[in-house]
Amino acid sequence: MVLGRVLDEKLASLYRAGKIYGGCYLGRGQEALSVAIGLNLKKGDVFAPLIRDTAGRLAFGEPIHDAVRTYLGSVLGPMRGRDGNVHRGRIHEGIIPMISHLGAMIAVVNGILFARKLKGITGTVGVASIGDGGTSTGAFHEALNQASVEKLPLVVVVANNQYAYSTPNSRQFACRSLADRAIGYGISGYEINGTDLESCLDVLKQTIEEARLTSTPKLVVANLLRLCGHGEHDDASYIDPKIKDSPIGRDCIRIAEERLLQRGWASQQEITMIWEEAKVTVDRVVAEVQSEPAPDPYAEDWCALKTKHLADIYCIPEVPDRPEGVLDLP
Amino acid sequence: MSITYLEAIREALARALAEDPRVFIYGQDVGRFGGAFKATKNLIEQFPGRVIDAPISEDAIIGLAVGAAIEGLRPVIEIQFADFSLLGLNQIVNQAATLFWRTGTPCPITIRLPSGGTIGSGPFHSQCLEAIYAHFPGLIVMTPATVEDAYTMLLDAIKIDDPVIFIEHKLLYYHLKADHLHDEGLPVGKARIAREGRDLTIVTYGAMVHESIAAAEELASEGYEIEIVDLRTVKPIDTDTVIASVARTGRLLCVSEAWPWGGVAAEVIARVVSEGFGLLDAPPLRLNAKDTPIPFHPNLWSMHRPTARTIADAARKVLRF
Repeated sequence: MVLGRVLDEKLASLYRAGKIYGGCYLGRGQEALSVAIGLNLKKGDVFAPLIRDTAGRLAFGEPIHDAVRTYLGSVLGPMRGRDGNVHRGRIHEGIIPMISHLGAMIAVVNGILFARKLKGITGTVGVASIGDGGTSTGAFHEALNQASVEKLPLVVVVANNQYAYSTPNSRQFACRSLADRAIGYGISGYEINGTDLESCLDVLKQTIEEARLTSTPKLVVANLLRLCGHGEHDDASYIDPKIKDSPIGRDCIRIAEERLLQRGWASQQEITMIWEEAKVTVDRVVAEVQSEPAPDPYAEDWCALKTKHLADIYCIPEVPDRPEGVLDLP
Repeated sequence: MSITYLEAIREALARALAEDPRVFIYGQDVGRFGGAFKATKNLIEQFPGRVIDAPISEDAIIGLAVGAAIEGLRPVIEIQFADFSLLGLNQIVNQAATLFWRTGTPCPITIRLPSGGTIGSGPFHSQCLEAIYAHFPGLIVMTPATVEDAYTMLLDAIKIDDPVIFIEHKLLYYHLKADHLHDEGLPVGKARIAREGRDLTIVTYGAMVHESIAAAEELASEGYEIEIVDLRTVKPIDTDTVIASVARTGRLLCVSEAWPWGGVAAEVIARVVSEGFGLLDAPPLRLNAKDTPIPFHPNLWSMHRPTARTIADAARKVLRF
């Protein structure tokens, strides 16, 4: 959680310093839910994160380097500069890089689980993260229904952070709770307090293990508040102050720290050390990545196919010689 | 023995299932029912557990195929009518078509689209969508016109490590016949000279190959020798074969059953004009369906799409320029 928060804060400061191309999306306020996913998944499981899952990715084993390289556009990153920021993953290690149409990721996780079923592989599980806004897409409905029909070990985790960009829940859905949608798919639904690490850990452990054992989908809806803008370009001035002051407006990390102190499981000094260590680690990775090479457009093959000889070649102007000096950036 | 275009597709599916354990079929009504057109008839009995009925969820069907491809399988998707593939468009063009480029993980899926007009099919069961799919990077788009190609190209499609949109023309399903199938066809991406001639090149694909051949026969009685190029795949387009044909004839007509704006016919003409301008003795012409939805009534439909008669008329215009 702390490492995720520190990494996100560092990325935000790089964004403000103009070191990041494109947007910057933080998991501030969602770390408890996110980390509970990552900690309960095992090697061989599948995770399709959403844009605020820094903590969960790290907990599932994504190296810090992947986030920093993808944000800073290092050619050594998993996306090689072809996609950026949160659109990263390691397919063969079970982290599926998202397309922006997030509802579409659930069916892809279904496909991986479906294929394993056909191959007779059992005991693995897939988690797809989505937000309250994503639940309004047709893809979400199709994929949950499909997972239920095909009896797949899928857990869909909805981070209901109250706003889809600027749109409040009241303009997004009209059911009592998004967890009730589970009934319509014939699966179990759970509603949890997303600011409470313990209930996140408990419910994710229970649902992930149940899905793994029984090969049935689950829907988990966690209520929390996004403690930042949609992206770092957004000041989130639309967030209702009443929600900010309500219990779900609290910072999940602060709550977890208070709990640790109350129970005497950690001292203030130890907690401070965890933060300090995270900062040192993140700073070291950022310094390392900042000296890595950027992608070279002259070294690109500019081919979207694996079957290269089937590329459609026509009217391609000759590749100009590498010009002196800088690239033609706006 | 004679075999139809549809039977050739079924034979190809059966052979792919038999030869490669990674292949499975997923789509609406493909199981016990055998598919809306019976392309998968009896396959479930031969390959139990590998021919699977899907819910009416084109988005999730393609999404699942992408996931299964990630996991190393080679899904063959039947979309009941090409028109319905637009409900899965996002998964096809944003998920499947970008996967390899983004991640280096190949996406070997084959999406079969029963396409094109038939009598009484109307606006939503008749569409030709090859140009839409050809527009997006990362897809291969095949348009077999013959029984032999339907067979070998489908087998090729399933073997290719990239997503393939396989456009089958429904009008050819039951009526187009061949004596026997070949084990191998022309290489993927290579066009075929369907008829040799020296006066005019007609570039076309799919069911329009047969309308064009009928037009060429009509024109032969007037003394014209028409060359017909069957593109076979519209992405990639075999520009070299097209240009070489135009070099022989000096005249070009492009025929497509799809709508005119920005389609395959327009693309072929653009290429010939920019790469073979000096070869042309007359302005090239294209003949497409009319720019309206596809009408239901046969009287209207017969005028909506190009036919041998309108192709011959268009050809005379180019020939007499």
